[in-house]
Amino acid sequence: MNQPIINTSPKVSDEVRKTTCYMCACRCGINVHMKDGKVAYIEGNRDHPVNKGVLCAKGSAGIMQVNAPSRLRAPLKRVGPRGSGKFEEISWDEALDIAVGWLKPIREDNPEKLAFFTGRDQSQSFTSFWAQNFGTCNYAAHGGFCSVNMAAGGIYTMGGAFWEFGQPDWDHTKLFMLFGVAEDHDSNPIKMGIGKIKARGARVIGVNPIRSGYNAVADDWVGITPGTDGLFILSMIHVLMKAGKIDLDYLSRYTNAPVLVDASEGPTKGLFLRDEDGKPLVVDRNTGELTAFDKPGVRPDLSATFEKDGVTHRPVFHLMAERYLSDEYAPENIAEQCGIPATRIRAIAGELARVAFDEAFELEREWTDFRGEKHTKMIGRPVAMHSMRGVSAHANGFQTCRALHVLQIILGTVEVPGGFRFKPPYPKPVEAHPRPHCKVTPNTPLDGPHLGFVQGPEDLALKPDGSPARIDKAFTWDNPMSSHGLMHMVISNAHAGDPYKIDTLFMYMANMSWNSSMNTKGVMEMLTDKDENGDYVIPHIIYSDAYSSEMVAYADLILPDTTYLERHDCISLLDRPICEADAAADAIRWPVIEPDRDVKGFQSALVELANRLGLPGFTNEDGSAKWQDYADYIVNHERKPGIGPLAGFRGENGDKEGRGEVNPDQLNRYIENGGFYVAHIPEGADYYKPWNAAYQDWAVGMGIYDSPQPYLFQLYSEPMRKFQLAAEGHGERQPPEHLRERIKETLDPMPIWYETDQTGNEGFTVNALTQRPMAMYHSWGTQNAWLRQLHGRNPLYVPTKLMRENGLSDGDWAKVTSPHGEITVPVMEMAALNENTVWTWNAIGKRKGAWALQEDAPEATKGFLLNHLIHELLPPKGDGLRWANSDPITGQAAWFDLKVKIEKADPPTDAESQPEFPPIESPVGTGPKDLAWKVGK
Amino acid sequence: MHPAPSVIIFTTLSGLGFGLLLFLGLGLPDVSGWVAFVFFAIAYALSVGGLMASTFHLGHPERAWKAFTQWKTSWLSREGWCAVIALIVMGLYAIGVIFLGQRWSLLGWIGALFSLLTVFTTSMIYTQLKTIPRWNMNLTPAMFLSFSLAGGALLAGQVRVALPLLLIAALVQILYWKKGDKALEESGTNLGTATGLGDRGTVRAFEPPHTGTNYLLREFVHVVGRKHAEKLRIISFALAFVLPVILLLLPFGHFFALLAVLSHLAGVATSRWLFFAQAEHVVGLYYGKR
Amino acid sequence: MTQLPTSTDRKMGLVIDLDTCVGCHACVISCKGWNTENYGAPLSDQDAYGANPSGTFLNRVHSYEVQPAEGHAQLIHFPKSCLHCEDAPCVTVCPTGASYKRVEDGIVLVNESDCIGCGLCAWSCPYGARELDQAEGVMKKCTLCVDRIYNENLPEVDRVPSCVRTCPAGARHFGDLGDADSDVSKLVAERGGMDLMPEMGTKPVNKYLPPRPKDNVEDQIDILAPLLAPVAEEPKGFLGWLDKTLEKL
Ligand SMILES: Nc1nc2c(c(=O)[nH]1)N[C@H]1C(S)=C(S)[C@@H](COP(=O)(O)OP(=O)(O)OC[C@H]3O[C@@H](n4cnc5c(=O)[nH]c(N)nc54)[C@H](O)[C@@H]3O)O[C@H]1N2
Ligand SMILES: Nc1nc2c(c(=O)[nH]1)N[C@H]1C(S)=C(S)[C@@H](COP(=O)(O)OP(=O)(O)OC[C@H]3O[C@@H](n4cnc5c(=O)[nH]c(N)nc54)[C@H](O)[C@@H]3O)O[C@H]1N2
Ligand code: SF4
Ligand code: SF4
Ligand code: SF4
Ligand code: SF4
Ligand code: SF4
Ligand SMILES: [Mo]
Repeated sequence: MNQPIINTSPKVSDEVRKTTCYMCACRCGINVHMKDGKVAYIEGNRDHPVNKGVLCAKGSAGIMQVNAPSRLRAPLKRVGPRGSGKFEEISWDEALDIAVGWLKPIREDNPEKLAFFTGRDQSQSFTSFWAQNFGTCNYAAHGGFCSVNMAAGGIYTMGGAFWEFGQPDWDHTKLFMLFGVAEDHDSNPIKMGIGKIKARGARVIGVNPIRSGYNAVADDWVGITPGTDGLFILSMIHVLMKAGKIDLDYLSRYTNAPVLVDASEGPTKGLFLRDEDGKPLVVDRNTGELTAFDKPGVRPDLSATFEKDGVTHRPVFHLMAERYLSDEYAPENIAEQCGIPATRIRAIAGELARVAFDEAFELEREWTDFRGEKHTKMIGRPVAMHSMRGVSAHANGFQTCRALHVLQIILGTVEVPGGFRFKPPYPKPVEAHPRPHCKVTPNTPLDGPHLGFVQGPEDLALKPDGSPARIDKAFTWDNPMSSHGLMHMVISNAHAGDPYKIDTLFMYMANMSWNSSMNTKGVMEMLTDKDENGDYVIPHIIYSDAYSSEMVAYADLILPDTTYLERHDCISLLDRPICEADAAADAIRWPVIEPDRDVKGFQSALVELANRLGLPGFTNEDGSAKWQDYADYIVNHERKPGIGPLAGFRGENGDKEGRGEVNPDQLNRYIENGGFYVAHIPEGADYYKPWNAAYQDWAVGMGIYDSPQPYLFQLYSEPMRKFQLAAEGHGERQPPEHLRERIKETLDPMPIWYETDQTGNEGFTVNALTQRPMAMYHSWGTQNAWLRQLHGRNPLYVPTKLMRENGLSDGDWAKVTSPHGEITVPVMEMAALNENTVWTWNAIGKRKGAWALQEDAPEATKGFLLNHLIHELLPPKGDGLRWANSDPITGQAAWFDLKVKIEKADPPTDAESQPEFPPIESPVGTGPKDLAWKVGK
Repeated sequence: MHPAPSVIIFTTLSGLGFGLLLFLGLGLPDVSGWVAFVFFAIAYALSVGGLMASTFHLGHPERAWKAFTQWKTSWLSREGWCAVIALIVMGLYAIGVIFLGQRWSLLGWIGALFSLLTVFTTSMIYTQLKTIPRWNMNLTPAMFLSFSLAGGALLAGQVRVALPLLLIAALVQILYWKKGDKALEESGTNLGTATGLGDRGTVRAFEPPHTGTNYLLREFVHVVGRKHAEKLRIISFALAFVLPVILLLLPFGHFFALLAVLSHLAGVATSRWLFFAQAEHVVGLYYGKR
Repeated sequence: MTQLPTSTDRKMGLVIDLDTCVGCHACVISCKGWNTENYGAPLSDQDAYGANPSGTFLNRVHSYEVQPAEGHAQLIHFPKSCLHCEDAPCVTVCPTGASYKRVEDGIVLVNESDCIGCGLCAWSCPYGARELDQAEGVMKKCTLCVDRIYNENLPEVDRVPSCVRTCPAGARHFGDLGDADSDVSKLVAERGGMDLMPEMGTKPVNKYLPPRPKDNVEDQIDILAPLLAPVAEEPKGFLGWLDKTLEKL
């Protein structure tokens, strides 16, 4: 046959530029193929530690993002009323002048009047450095409304967390259990991991009210009732403990299970017995003596008690047995509440035990623990777990997260082969983290880092009169352990003047007038509300975005950012790095193309702003600027001598890692290396990291900490007990009366489960959730011509039973009501769904006029947000107080506590989802009609 | 299937046109000169017009000539050849009849044969498609051919032949509808076989691959309401067959004959609209639609 | 060209693992990116930022719910592109010869310069694997990345389809299904790889690996229950057990 002759070896591109993706926060390595100086094709970088060549839909669609018509083009000054979207383009000079005009007086007078909050910022070590030097105490990123419960729950319990800070040992695990995850930050690694273990035939158990995505491929699906994971987990702990299927050796060596708890009445009750160096005490099995936990050769006794002055002090393990062996947690007693049959709970617990113990294996690797004991092998327990917002976005999420870690720990599965492993800079004990600082002095930097981990009431961010020091009330009695701040409360509190009024709200990369706020309509009103003089209640708003988002319309001054392929960025070990369990790694972005608009990388804009304000950290002795732009900062800034934002290619010759002098050629070395740097953890140091002397030494060498920091896992959390003690009346700093009981109840030092505050929920019985679509990143995905075809609108998915009960069929409309609001939206049936839960994809609904879309775009007409139903405050309790809809421990926004009722509705007259808002004027016009995007010939 | 005007016009007109040519080729009616000219003009207008319409939906009509290359396998290609041969042969035949007063019968028979083949090949374009069970049956060519013959006879003014042919066509039409309504079910193809998941339980389309539309949905998924379809069938049947037969049975008159032709044309066009609109392509199963 | 070759030297194709596909659409967009920039006309989009966005894609991911007679409903993500059928009706219907099946590897391809955009091949494909590009007026379909798999400008490891290279879950496999010893053929044999709509007689080259049985942890309760026998009924007894066990450690 004669068939056409085709060229099967066409030239792929002129050049490949390797940088880091930023279509989401996973930060995969990408090969950007260039043709004629333009981006032609993006694929994954095979050498990259995160994605090893694969790339998700968003990553591959990057080309539509860097060319999106929604890109902002120049600094904007508001000329219409706030919220209208009317702007005029101005020069950078004028923009920075305006900003300095607002910020300089604040700094001279009262720096706390600036609230600087950043969204999914990947330069938090830099933005916080800026805020610290400005001197305001009001700084945080978005972690508080995202998943602080996971971060704090992990760090307080085991010195490391889920999120992207740890990972299952994908190479060895045989049972992977996933709680409440749709996508997560570690998007590609989780998919790669699931693929890998499935290829081996390992079992995946998905615990999630919704069976989609990862849960759809899970071998077993547990369609749990939202908010009850804590009970389910504690029940499995009950079953496992009762059967003695726990790793006693592990518990005695590496956890505080053997640590003795003070039983004497008074201000020390429930705290650890400690020696004069402050070291927690255990009874040594070898000697029967009371001794510091970390003495060489000590074998802590899990069972031995210690008697003194007629008081018997018992180890943590006794307290655990007492609590968790109670029938309260028997599967039969919690099954109904969780919506999981008791036999299923038992079977899963049995399977955990079977795999952890019967399928245990050994790696022939020697290692030495912190007590100096040498081990000839590493014992693998191939059970791994992971969890994210399904657990954390509930107001009982912190305790649930702790419970989950306790489950992992009693099985002996953390930091062992086959289990869950930390990624550097974790593990790191709570004590090695900073504590929060809030001392504001005019014209002076803040007295220390804003955020951190409190260890007791003494660390709370309170003013001398006991009122909250921070605008978001982080680190107060309302939510003492709010390590990431409470971004979701900033606008609400600033508007209410509670605890005080501010002058300038400065935000970066957070779509706060839309999908990232609860109570979206209310927030829009707060942002536009005026006082009796006709001035805006929040006087000035500065915002940096790269695109024409909904939030742009609500700012007075816009600092337009570049897209991710047009700027320098630094994915730093000081921040949220891209490490793997067996390597430390960091990365950069660099301008693989130059912007064709008058935009500036936001961090560079901050450097310029700092220079104009003369901020101390940014200024030399002689008053000159230390850095010209962000690239300059990345290379030349040193946190401590020898430690800077990037760990790789340090030293004059670029041959030092972790610690080393500044290397002016560092960025080029990164670029040559594919945009990243990897420092491998030596074999033998790669498991048991919190206790492994070799790892500890390696970490010191890398500059992760200055001296070895071995520690015990905290099954029992002493800092929590300290807050309870305060609530019981001990100590100087005392909580307000209305919070005493709640603190006593919720800050239990051992994991508990409690029903979240149900005030106002009578009659609202259906759980309402959102999930992230894998192919969309929050609101940004929509401006992407390819991605928006996949998810251009979102129905409300309703379980079969509720469809029937309400006489609904696909495409019908339903009115969904919560104690706070009402929406009318199209519905679609889903069978693989908890029968009392409805859900939709997150952040598909758009405001008309945003994102350079036409006003009749389906995102704006059919798409909707669940956020209209969620309030940042709980319904009033009649006590005149503003109770945040947050976890009482960490302040984590409780997005998923939402309860609704649903009823069939007539289609709205214009067939558009309700509520509708008037369009905002687009500062960038709308995109072109048709596309045929090919840059090569 | 999307009932595109181009294909409805094409199959309706060219069916009638080639039907008329067939009768003209057989010398029915036996006319010459101007009268023949008018008959041939009508036949060519219909058949060529129909063929032209069929190119409207092409992405690249300027390359249409390439469609002649694949006669070995492609019914579309074969149709092209048959149409061109029929038109050329009948053209020569027409020259004889109109201008030279000659009736080259052999040429006429050959022309008639190719006219019939053209209609058959057209029908095979649809019949061959296993993907559309409603088309993938012997009744499809039967329908195309019987319609073409009845219409041709009607246009050719052959009342005596037309009457039985109309009745046959009517019968075929009814059988086609009856069988067609069960075709998808009986084909054995369903979402279970489409996904290979049928033996695990009831398969239901959940999320489509995209929330917007696409070429496949526009081209292949067209849902006609049952009631709507019933009504249209009655209208189509009445116009295509019942009315023309009544008109033919009435005392002869040119006006009634014209009415009968127009009624038939409208009826066949409606039937063709249904032919496309009611045809379910199996790809719709993947989208949870038929 | 519309004649099908009586046999092809190899049968290159994809094997898609329905047990592993998480429905992320990575393969969809990667395919769009590669094929917009490479073989033939770009894959265009109409009304790209408007009310009815619609574009050409060569690979799309559906999802289905399966309700078994007993137990929970399951959700299955289902990627679908051209299956490069051995008896490809799309080839034989093509009037111009634009559609053809390559003799060397069985890839079904459209020679765009011969295509008149009649759409007939798409009508004949049971799987919805062909889409007529609205800007270019020619038929587009999966090329099995014929311009990657032999491309000498790419490193050897990268000579696989774009969708396969990018799939984060590793749910897509590429190889010669005509060779019983190839990895893909072995996978198909092991996991019971299946054809879509076998009754159509198209003999697809691409195969689908069915999802593994689900929700059966409870079925093992008899094996697992003994593991969970309580060591003692009372907390006190538990501490006694603890002492005893610790002695053995
Ligand atoms: N109902 C409901 N609401 C939720 C959640 C939920 O699960 N359900 N999840 C919550 C969570 S966890 C989060 S993290 C938030 C996320 O909410 P947001 O942080 O608001 O997320 P995005 O929509 O991504 O908005 C970030 C903004 O950054 C802009 N941007 C994108 N790239 C750049 C860039 O390169 N530079 C600059 N300067 N700006 C850029 C975008 O245009 C957008 O306006 O949503 C929260 N909201
Ligand atoms: N593609 C994509 N990736 C993203 C993002 C994105 O927008 N798009 N956003 C990023 C951000 S900011 C974040 S915070 C992460 C979040 O990543 P995820 O943690 O995966 O967050 P969600 O998508 O909100 O999914 C929460 C899951 O928890 C389930 N769930 C809700 N309540 C409960 C419960 O009580 N129990 C259990 N077991 N499950 C429950 C929901 O059904 C849902 O599947 O994703 C990041 N990655
Ligand atoms: S997961 Fe996707 S969007 Fe996120 S960084 Fe990786 S490739 Fe980019
Ligand atoms: S899947 Fe469709 S397009 Fe591909 S070869 Fe088979 S019939 Fe042809
Ligand atoms: S659309 Fe093109 S490839 Fe398809 S049948 Fe017509 S000419 Fe052939
Ligand atoms: S093989 Fe190539 S053309 Fe085919 S679906 Fe995959 S990426 Fe697209
Ligand atoms: S990339 Fe892989 S996991 Fe994702 S949808 Fe495609 S086949 Fe499925
Ligand atoms: Mo988040």
